[in-house]
Amino acid sequence: MSERTQNRTHVDDVDRSLYDFTYSEEGYERYDDGLTPNIVRAISQKKDEPEWMLNMRLAALDTYHAKEMAPNWGPSIAGLDMDHISTYVSPRTKQAKNWDDVPDDIKNTFERLGIPEAERESLAGVGAQYDSEIVYHNMREEVAKSGVIYTTIEDALHDPQWEPVVHEYFGTLIPPADHKFAALHYAVWSGGSFVYVPEGVTVEYPLQSYFRLNAEGAGQFEHTLIIVEKGADLHFIEGCSAPKYYEANLHAGAVELFVKDGARLRYSTIENWSKNMYNLNTKRARVGADAKMEWVSGSFGSHVSYLYPTTILAGDRGICEFTGITFAGATQDLDTGCKVILNGANTTASVDTKSISKDGGCNTFRSSVVVGRRAANARCSVSCQSLMLDDISCSDTIPAMDVRNATASVGHEATIGRISDDTVLYLMSRGCSEAEARTMVVGGFANPVSKELPLEYAVEMNNLIKLEMEGAIG
Amino acid sequence: MYRPKPSDATIGRLAMSNQLLRVNGISAGTEDKPILHDVSLEVGSGETHVLMGPNGAGKSTLGHVIMGDPAYQVTDGTIVFDGTDITEQSADKRSLAGIFLSYQAPVEVPGVPLYSYLRTITQKRPELKMTARKFRNRVGEIAEQLDMGSSFLTRELNVGFSGGEKKKIEMLQLLLLRPKLAILDETDSGLDVDALSVVSRGIEAYRKDCDGALLVITHNTRILERLTVDRTHVMVQGRLVAEGPGSLIDDIDAHGFEQFEKASAGGEA
Repeated sequence: MSERTQNRTHVDDVDRSLYDFTYSEEGYERYDDGLTPNIVRAISQKKDEPEWMLNMRLAALDTYHAKEMAPNWGPSIAGLDMDHISTYVSPRTKQAKNWDDVPDDIKNTFERLGIPEAERESLAGVGAQYDSEIVYHNMREEVAKSGVIYTTIEDALHDPQWEPVVHEYFGTLIPPADHKFAALHYAVWSGGSFVYVPEGVTVEYPLQSYFRLNAEGAGQFEHTLIIVEKGADLHFIEGCSAPKYYEANLHAGAVELFVKDGARLRYSTIENWSKNMYNLNTKRARVGADAKMEWVSGSFGSHVSYLYPTTILAGDRGICEFTGITFAGATQDLDTGCKVILNGANTTASVDTKSISKDGGCNTFRSSVVVGRRAANARCSVSCQSLMLDDISCSDTIPAMDVRNATASVGHEATIGRISDDTVLYLMSRGCSEAEARTMVVGGFANPVSKELPLEYAVEMNNLIKLEMEGAIG
Repeated sequence: MYRPKPSDATIGRLAMSNQLLRVNGISAGTEDKPILHDVSLEVGSGETHVLMGPNGAGKSTLGHVIMGDPAYQVTDGTIVFDGTDITEQSADKRSLAGIFLSYQAPVEVPGVPLYSYLRTITQKRPELKMTARKFRNRVGEIAEQLDMGSSFLTRELNVGFSGGEKKKIEMLQLLLLRPKLAILDETDSGLDVDALSVVSRGIEAYRKDCDGALLVITHNTRILERLTVDRTHVMVQGRLVAEGPGSLIDDIDAHGFEQFEKASAGGEA
């Protein structure tokens, strides 16, 4: 019987074959590893960019070189050798509007990830990025008719109507000098999405961008710029995955979200990078008066993550809701969380996160809440629940609060729990195997997050949990 | 009157073909504390047995040991269910073989909707294979039988339910899973009169519809009023000290456990 008790703590590793496939890079354009002004110029030239963009890239590269290797306060990124990360790998194909025009190997990749099917069934538009370039972009006609723009930043830069808009917003919410990897991002960014929702327009179905990194030892640096005008409403979904390689891969994207007065934006992410990925992503939203920003974030993959989506509630009565879950297994060190800056009066923010650690995985939850002097009656609650599946994993919570208005109210609660033997016994005595019992408990723990996702993505998340929990026990 | 130990005659009374559960000289306990000592007990198919005894006698432990709770280690003896030695089997195997334990304090499992949980545990059993529609009807039927509103089913498993409601959910599972043997561990504790009557109805339905055997663990006799009891067992300090017919309950009602406790103490001295 004691043996059975021991077995309880063991959950087998995952069969990631669903995500873990790769196609040859043959015929693809791959720039030399490392970072030089020549590489930056080459990227810019290939994209035929306006002068200001090239100058921004070159300035960002200087900033990158000038900044200390950062960050130095979280998980180690010593395994990330920038001299061996290829910053630009382009599949030799033009962007298509029809999946039939996408080369077979790339199309197969997205078929296996279920993207075209989801597009047919439940999305208003899809963008699919493969390594450094968007290979597919399309939007339903009726959505386009309402004036919604959903395209790549590159294409927007070539459009005389949208080039000034990109120029006005690009790099203003996350400046290149924000941190070293933001600087890197602006030097070599490629791909991503530009979304513009005109005033008062509600986009009925979500738009989705999917980022797939296929090339070994490469970096992905996509930029997402979303502007939701006054009173407009959008749900944007971001998915990412990559096959497993032995060499480190790097993801340093930037997401800039502008939610104007009275608008609503929901930004959902299911991130499932492979476990050799350094995910140093920066996401930030600026929220106007009476506007609402909703984040739903599921982080399952990557070797190391630094991810703290930030919301600035700039206008009065703005609302931020953040729902997140992070699952760290063997070899994963995930430092995730959320930042909220409440500057407007009567703003509210609620942060609800969950983390699951197993097989020696590490989860650190960092939250930062800043209430500005003007933010009378601001309210913020932060809740973090952690579930540890064994004794060798770890889970930390590091909350920070800076409250500068006496009428504001902020609260924080954190709990760390385990799956109790009583719960496992209860479910087993009704016929569930031990593995099923544990999966059921973990699925239930994650349920408040999957409930926030569109059905297909909730199913994907539950499958990811099953994948992570799967394995013969006892 | 009672006998201090099951006699050969008692064992002989249960024809082999009728025998469902045979607990044979079980000693068990936690790592540092022996609780059960040489416990033997037999339950035939479709029979109703009652296990009584003062608080802390080890009654619940016996229920958990029969279910296969790894918190208790069996140091001696065997448990045979339906002709198979299950002493080393895990709880899920025992459940699928037809043993059900209704817990004193059912655990809460946040985020797991009751309905999908019920579907999952039903689907584990090939003999209960049914369409989604039939399943929904069946669950609705039982819920009605137990005076449970349909809102119960969309809630999370045992989360935020009162003690009485949790017991109803246990009865719901009992009637859905149709086990061959149901062990009810203090199912009556903490229930108000209304809940008690609903639970009694559930137990009656189980006896009638499923023709299942029952081992009712209790220290009060109220829940037994509506049941025809075949055998009564009395446990004191981890030992079965008496076994008798259903009428033994009346005797306990009138005189309490003192007589058995004295006998047990005398026996040990």
